[in-house]
Amino acid sequence: MSARMSPARTIAAHAALITYTLIALFPVFVIVINSFKSRKAIFADPLALPVPGNFDLIGYQTVMKQGDFFAYFQNSMIVTVASLFFVLLFGAMAAFALSEYRFRGNTLMGLYLALGIMIPIRLGTVAILQMMVASGLVNTLTALILVYTAQGLPLAVFILSEFMRNVSDDLKNAGRIDGLSEYAIFFTLVLPLVRPAMATVAVFTMIPIWNDLWFPLILAPAEEVKTITLGSQVFIGQFVTNWNAVLAALSLAIVPVLVMYLIFSRQLIRGITAGAVK
Amino acid sequence: MGALDLKAVTKSFGATEVIKGIDLTVEEGEFCVFVGPSGCGKSTLLRIIAGLEDATSGDILLDGKRVNDVAPAKRELAMVFQSYALYPHLSVRDNMGLALKQAGKPRAEITAMTDHAAKMLSLDALLDRRPAELSGGQRQRVAIGRAIVRTPKLFLFDEPLSNLDAALRVATRIEIARLHRDLKATMIYVTHDQVEAMTLADRIVVLRAGKVEQVGTPMELYNNPANTFVAGFIGSPQMNFLDAAALGHPPGKIGARPEHIGLSRQTGDISGHVSHVEKLGGETLVYVRSDVHGLMTVRLFGEHDYAVSETVFLTLPTDRLFHFAADGRRRQPTAVA
Ligand SMILES: Nc1ncnc2c1ncn2[C@@H]1O[C@H](COP(=O)(O)OP(=O)(O)OP(=O)(O)O)[C@@H](O)[C@H]1O
Ligand SMILES: [Mg+2]
Repeated sequence: MSARMSPARTIAAHAALITYTLIALFPVFVIVINSFKSRKAIFADPLALPVPGNFDLIGYQTVMKQGDFFAYFQNSMIVTVASLFFVLLFGAMAAFALSEYRFRGNTLMGLYLALGIMIPIRLGTVAILQMMVASGLVNTLTALILVYTAQGLPLAVFILSEFMRNVSDDLKNAGRIDGLSEYAIFFTLVLPLVRPAMATVAVFTMIPIWNDLWFPLILAPAEEVKTITLGSQVFIGQFVTNWNAVLAALSLAIVPVLVMYLIFSRQLIRGITAGAVK
Repeated sequence: MGALDLKAVTKSFGATEVIKGIDLTVEEGEFCVFVGPSGCGKSTLLRIIAGLEDATSGDILLDGKRVNDVAPAKRELAMVFQSYALYPHLSVRDNMGLALKQAGKPRAEITAMTDHAAKMLSLDALLDRRPAELSGGQRQRVAIGRAIVRTPKLFLFDEPLSNLDAALRVATRIEIARLHRDLKATMIYVTHDQVEAMTLADRIVVLRAGKVEQVGTPMELYNNPANTFVAGFIGSPQMNFLDAAALGHPPGKIGARPEHIGLSRQTGDISGHVSHVEKLGGETLVYVRSDVHGLMTVRLFGEHDYAVSETVFLTLPTDRLFHFAADGRRRQPTAVA
């Protein structure tokens, strides 16, 4: 590609991308550097780097001491990973059925499943809460997992069915003639071929779940099921905010998403390049 | 009763009828070729035979047993696809052995059968590679090998050579003909390359718009086409169709194959101008435009020098003309008035 682009265009493209990256990363950068500084230093010069004069781990110490931070972490991880797993599994299965089988109401079903993309699930909060109360799921991680799975499915079905339509019919038919079951065809032939799409869906699904404050606050506010986003709120008071602790908690919360993102994006890139060098 | 019987098979996708009632018997050990223009339903018919699509009505019989409700894997047939359809995550050996593994055959037997098939197709050296590491021709051989390994009663080929280059296509065609002789299995082969059809087939089935137009050996179809469609489809270059009325016959068409028409600068039945010349070395194709009959093709053997726009005369082969009625059907020749 670089061979076909003039140097001026390459430089312009890189300049644009670098500018965008800097703008996008700047808030994250400010959060992280300030999490390593004393309270006075944060307010004196928010943009200064942590150096021996202003370096302070007080934020992290507070976070470790106060509240059960590792439990919050664990809750967030469980909710995110479990929701992600169900979204990908059920989303891919529904997408396969919609793209592979001709049945009455196929198109309608696809539209119905895609409807959720346009209607925010938060509109149904009251009904969801009533349902959770009725089924005794309030203050459980299960409640969150169920809600997030429902929230993630529409987009997953929509994106994955588009990709699955492109998987070669011949390949699936070869599997059928060789005696593979429909499940084997789905898991061993189709899923590996739509892996880049799965990674995309995973990233789009994961971030909002990890960052969500709304449903943990409403459905699972109890201490032992608090997620990290909700847990961090203890440091934000109506009158005083413990900025060191908030920044430290936020910095810590970045790490797991970053790791998961790196895992998925490698899949994504591998999928894209595998297609390119056919 | 043959190896395969189709009885009044139809297939509709929604409201559109794609296969419109096909009756056909393929004999044991026969090499049967389906030809027809694009979209006429060849692949659909093959998929119905394989069990990948359900027929809307009609019966499919394999060895006399009705198999309409039998799963594809249980029909004891193998299929080779145009796009090869190799499993990307499996090695060549596992690609070829998968069907046997699914059928629960012991490992030693699978290895033996895979090795045997690999030897037949000289794939021995490639057994541990992935499909992505093979050339197009090698992939096609693996796809054929995957079919052979299962020792099926019936082979189905859906345009297996159309993604190969010309030289490889000839080589693989010969290979398939040899396999048919060695395996003595029944084969059904879909193509729209009529050279493949003529050279491979014991019998050709010409399809048009979901219906069988004519069934016969290649030479029967060549020498005795039932209608203008078959006449135009079999033989290359295409048969010339002349206006029957202008030649003193009842209205309709008169067919003359390019290789049967004589060409001369001095005298003949029809006069025209040379509009284009194609020299192929061994043969020369001369395209002649006549005011009455339009563009006609003449095929001459050897090298000939005709200049564009030169006036020439065509001589029709009186004993090898095909007479067609206005509706396209073949009819008995009538004496020239
Ligand atoms: N799943 C489907 N749904 C609707 N219509 C279909 C479907 N599959 C095939 N058709 C239609 O059936 C007709 C026959 O298709 P088919 O693939 O059998 O043609 P073909 O003879 O194999 O053509 P080609 O030589 O181009 O491969 C086409 O008009 C096609 O549009
Ligand atoms: Mg086809």
